[in-house]
Amino acid sequence: MSKFDVSRRRVLKSGAIAGAGVALPTIFTASSAAAFTNEPTGGSVTLGFNVPQTGPYADEGADELRAYELAVEHLNGGGDGGMMNTFSSKALQGNGILGKKVEYVTGDTQTKSDAARASAKSMIEKDGAVMITGGSSSGVAIAVQGLCQEAGVIFMAGLTHSNDTTGKDKKANGFRHFFNGYMSGAALAPVLKNLYGTDRIAYHLTADYTWGWTQEESIAAATEALGWQTVNKVRTPLAATDFSSYIAPVLNSGADVLVLNHYGGNMVNSLTNAVQFGLREKVVNGKNFEIVVPLYSRLMAKGAGENVKGIHGSTNWHWTLQDEGSKAFVKSFGTKYGFPPSQAAHTCYVQTMLYADAVERAGSFNPCAVVEALEGFEFDGMGNGPTLYRAEDHQCFKDVLVVRGKENPTSEFDLLEVVEVTPRAQVEYAPDHPMFAGGNLGACNPGA
Amino acid sequence: MDAILLQILNGLDKGSAYALIALGLTLIFGTLGVVNFAHGALFMIGAFCAVTLQRILNLSFELVDETQKDFLGNPLKVKTPYVEAWFGPDIGGSIIDWAVPLAILFAIPIMIGVGYVMERGLIKHFYKRPHADQILVTFGLAIVLQEVVKYFYGANPIQTPAPDALNGVVNLGAAIGMDIVYPVWRVVYFFFAVLIIGGIFSFLQFTTFGMVVRAGMADRETVGLLGINIDRRFTIMFGIAAAVAGLAGVMYTPINSPNYHMGMDFLVLSFVVVVVGGMGSLPGAVLAGFLLGVLESFASMNEIKSLIPGIDQIIIYVVAIIILLTRPRGLMGRKGVMED
Repeated sequence: MSKFDVSRRRVLKSGAIAGAGVALPTIFTASSAAAFTNEPTGGSVTLGFNVPQTGPYADEGADELRAYELAVEHLNGGGDGGMMNTFSSKALQGNGILGKKVEYVTGDTQTKSDAARASAKSMIEKDGAVMITGGSSSGVAIAVQGLCQEAGVIFMAGLTHSNDTTGKDKKANGFRHFFNGYMSGAALAPVLKNLYGTDRIAYHLTADYTWGWTQEESIAAATEALGWQTVNKVRTPLAATDFSSYIAPVLNSGADVLVLNHYGGNMVNSLTNAVQFGLREKVVNGKNFEIVVPLYSRLMAKGAGENVKGIHGSTNWHWTLQDEGSKAFVKSFGTKYGFPPSQAAHTCYVQTMLYADAVERAGSFNPCAVVEALEGFEFDGMGNGPTLYRAEDHQCFKDVLVVRGKENPTSEFDLLEVVEVTPRAQVEYAPDHPMFAGGNLGACNPGA
Repeated sequence: MDAILLQILNGLDKGSAYALIALGLTLIFGTLGVVNFAHGALFMIGAFCAVTLQRILNLSFELVDETQKDFLGNPLKVKTPYVEAWFGPDIGGSIIDWAVPLAILFAIPIMIGVGYVMERGLIKHFYKRPHADQILVTFGLAIVLQEVVKYFYGANPIQTPAPDALNGVVNLGAAIGMDIVYPVWRVVYFFFAVLIIGGIFSFLQFTTFGMVVRAGMADRETVGLLGINIDRRFTIMFGIAAAVAGLAGVMYTPINSPNYHMGMDFLVLSFVVVVVGGMGSLPGAVLAGFLLGVLESFASMNEIKSLIPGIDQIIIYVVAIIILLTRPRGLMGRKGVMED
């Protein structure tokens, strides 16, 4: 007869071990029966849309969410199919993904890295999201990309323009369709050379965080290669609202070009302040003073109003493009919502389609199978011409648009005009380019 | 030299906004003893009064123009503002162009009303509560107000330009042979702030109402014993303080496109201004507003930043620490205020 001795110490010990097991995050203890994190087992699959729903980029986040909802509608066979009809891959049939109905959950990044990670974590652990996508900031994208790598889910980045996202912070589970700072510089430089010549002195005002630094580095390198000098690079606090005290020194610096490495509210305010100080009417070194905004957004340009007129920058996509993919997307989006989509909406829609297509082609939701299907994938019909998802860094390579603030807009959406479609070959770079060095994709992580 | 003068002007301009908000904060603190963290939201609501008037003046009717197409290829709906249809394109266009100055008249009654409702509806219930409770409730109110504004106006900044006649730059140094080019509207803002500050001081100094309010600030109980309804006067002062913050917001809209968060951006700085100036001291608030504005501008100069990197982000707090260490009641603080 065995004796079962129940002591207080033993009970506490067993309780502590059981408690520790329960307390372990589920992403690290997923059922061993599942082959990968959040493997869909029923008739539906859940995607996680992590966008800024509050905070300064909430309007851009709302547009991203509209695009995601439209993509889900098209994937499930609703609406007119949008860019599914023009996409060069024909794997998607409008019956969900691998026959599973697409459902989604949303999270609020608040454009804060910690909040974005918390909402992504919640969507993965509680809602069973098999893929996370979205965002309107490079800081957020890099933070969420890291989390998705650890958790074993795919991250399809939204609007993120820092070189670091697919540079030193690249991850095997992360993919970026949006262009980057280097590409902006490579696309803008020839246009700036034609417009303003090779003998220019540039002054940079730069938002003091990862995106600003890499864009400043990229634009300065591209313009210096033209023969321009960079007289000063001034970092401005992200929280700054009145840029007058940063603009005033430009007046006496000898510079004849001001480069504003700002986005969102920073861009609206710094550009407005620069125009207020009469920089655009100023003649320096015998040349008209010019302002350049390397990363343009139509939603943000609206906030700057008339100040954007004639100012050049670059953008990932614009609704006035006349290729079949862009026209199909603008028609779908415009009919559903009553206004044309932003570049943020476009990249988010495309990322969702690319993910769904990769799963169909791979025949599995397993992140490693999806990574394999996306790496080196060449496609067309999504609004940017022939595009490559490069295997080495998970960056999309495609044409880049150089745009200018329109002089005579015909509507509240008609703020930018495309000056040049820079061919993909001109914005390509080697995977080990110094501006992207220091990172390592690592191996894909299926979780589980 | 030009650069230094330019930064002084910038500082005075920034200081104008700080001083106007801090003046309102001090008025409320000095009269009602309430630490009002919703004051930044009043500045923001004032700015959105200008946005609202601009939208009202731009209310339009649509006519379908078959010759033009919209982005979906449908006949374009051409919008014509009612104001232009009623008064003709020239006069109507001018009225729309002057939306921001006109918004001053629009904002005054609205802001007094908002201030009155805020004070009677919520803040009066917290007079006898600790300052921590007042801070919490007014901070919560500020968040509610900014979320309401965001719901109706969105999160993006909204362009609200100055009239064409007041756009552009003026060379303030032409008379002395220097080249000090400065935006006209910022000069207007500075003189507007001086006018409002002067008006408030004159009102308190030279009117019977102001005399009673000052007496109430000094000794509320005694004034009450004299049979004067000091609470009612203090409520009116809350409305006036709200109007001052609102007008500061209205006039600020052409300088930076307003967004729902602009009040919070100014709030913390304005509180530092009040503390540096001395809690409850109106001249202190104005003096500290201009002083910190000028110092903030100088700290943004490249020469200073190269000596002390990042100083532009912390200068106001560094100055606040130094002043509070050397003069614990602030520059012009009175003995006994918030010391019980």
